[in-house]
Amino acid sequence: MSLSIDEVKHIARLARVNLSDAEVTWMHDQLASILDHFEMLSEIDTDEVPPTAQSFELTNVDRPDIAGASIARDSALAGAPRQEDGYYRVRAVLD
Amino acid sequence: MDSAVPEIDLNRTAREHAAALRVGEYTSRQLTEATLSQIRSEQDLFNTYITITEELALQQAEAADDRLSTGEGDPLTGVPIGVKDLLSTKGIPTSAGSRMLEGYRPTFNCTVVDRLQQSGAVIVGKTNLDEFAMGSSNEHSAFGPVRNPWDTTRVPGGSSGGSAATVAARGVPLSLGTDTGGSIRQPAALCGVVGLKPTYGRVSRYGVIAFASSLEQVGPFGRDVHDVADLLTTIAGQDSLDSTTVPEPVPDYKAGFERGFEGLRVGVPAEFFGSGLDESVRSVVETAIERFETAGASIDRSVEIPTVQAALPAYYIIAPSEASANLARYDGVKYGYSFKDGESVDEEMSMTRGYGFGDEVKRRIMIGTYALSAGYYDAYYLKAQKVRTLIRQEFAMALSKCDLLLTPTTPSVAFALGEKIEAPYEMYLSDLYTLPVNIAGNPAISVPCGFVQGLPVGLHLIGRPFDEATLLRAANAYQEETHWHEQAPQSKY
Repeated sequence: MSLSIDEVKHIARLARVNLSDAEVTWMHDQLASILDHFEMLSEIDTDEVPPTAQSFELTNVDRPDIAGASIARDSALAGAPRQEDGYYRVRAVLD
Repeated sequence: MDSAVPEIDLNRTAREHAAALRVGEYTSRQLTEATLSQIRSEQDLFNTYITITEELALQQAEAADDRLSTGEGDPLTGVPIGVKDLLSTKGIPTSAGSRMLEGYRPTFNCTVVDRLQQSGAVIVGKTNLDEFAMGSSNEHSAFGPVRNPWDTTRVPGGSSGGSAATVAARGVPLSLGTDTGGSIRQPAALCGVVGLKPTYGRVSRYGVIAFASSLEQVGPFGRDVHDVADLLTTIAGQDSLDSTTVPEPVPDYKAGFERGFEGLRVGVPAEFFGSGLDESVRSVVETAIERFETAGASIDRSVEIPTVQAALPAYYIIAPSEASANLARYDGVKYGYSFKDGESVDEEMSMTRGYGFGDEVKRRIMIGTYALSAGYYDAYYLKAQKVRTLIRQEFAMALSKCDLLLTPTTPSVAFALGEKIEAPYEMYLSDLYTLPVNIAGNPAISVPCGFVQGLPVGLHLIGRPFDEATLLRAANAYQEETHWHEQAPQSKY
């Protein structure tokens, strides 16, 4: 599978990672060389093989729903780059 | 320090320090002061720490002395330890080796740090690492590379490079790292110390800054297997805050040590001795296999992991895919670095992430986003998860015939700083023998087994799920036969 420069820009946009034009070119070359190594996977027959998401199947792990202490607002906000009236502040999401 | 302070031998193991503390040869406060002084001078040479936690350490040491004076205490009470700066420590800067977490102080401890504190261990610092644990050389740290104590022109391995190097340099007897594809075992091998990756689910990941959640485990580094067993005992066990931890009780890991090699069936899979293996490393590992055999273990060279060559590409799809999701949380809104001069939320997030993340992290976020994106999911992510099933089954089959598998930990000894930094796939190959184990979830340990041109070689033992006890028993038996672990790098710098 060949990777285009436009695809690299598209992925960077999806991932919200700003890349300069020089970084896009560099990233393209690096990703293309890494993706080449993935091709060997297509040679392995996995038609009858189920996928594994996690090594050991623990299922339906739950605990009693008991309310406990949570992090205090001041402490949660202590590292916030911008805050106002006890909230995180961000730029307007909607125009 | 006053004039009555005794000379403290920092070559000692945690167990030896613990014994000395109990007979009053020195106090934890004195040991901690000597340790802080050692790691400060080590810092100039090897750049092993991101934060040295002097104030906390001295408080903990005094509390440990109080506890020991009443005859109480656990095996680690009063013993200094370093922890990888990927583990959240309440109120103490936690960087993950990244610019992204500039100024970040967690509001809580990760579970393993809580357990260390309950045991009375003294945390002296947060060790350097590859950014967000992504890397095999510790060169991908926003705080600069760690240097290998055996040769400062070489890498210590990664991503837990600082944790391995500070144990090798006699800064601390013990440290904690994390292992997602070899990040404990590979640096342990390259720095000549013992490092163990527990079975997935054995140790809580709560509060460990997440990279690839289905692969990673916290685990111990030490200079001998006894110490590693004691530290594993301290951190292992179910945690209600991590639903992937298993309810099985933590066994006595040293109960079988007296039996040595007796009755051990050791599989040697040929796939781990292929053309990628450096000939000098092969020869050192073959000598170790002979040692196992003459000491009473039976060697079985018929076991196979036929799909193992697919583990590397599968890993570099699965791990970056999980990373791209886990690292989505770094948005510049809640903590850490934030770009504030944009026109929109989108622009500020993209600029924050474009500057905050280093090259390797960006590369992996990009690979993961691509592998999970529409049109590529089946060919990459789903395919990799199916290959994962095959590799798991092959390990289970091999370990149904043997008690453990023996391989080299790494294909070569420590490489030069800068040698692989521009060739990511070359760098990835240094985890060729370790990352299949994360894909399968099994436990594995690296123990020192010799030297090539003055640089340490690691022996890699892989066990059945939740059978760390057999790994530790075999590693301890080997260590008692050979004493490679007692070699120190002091003469080299």
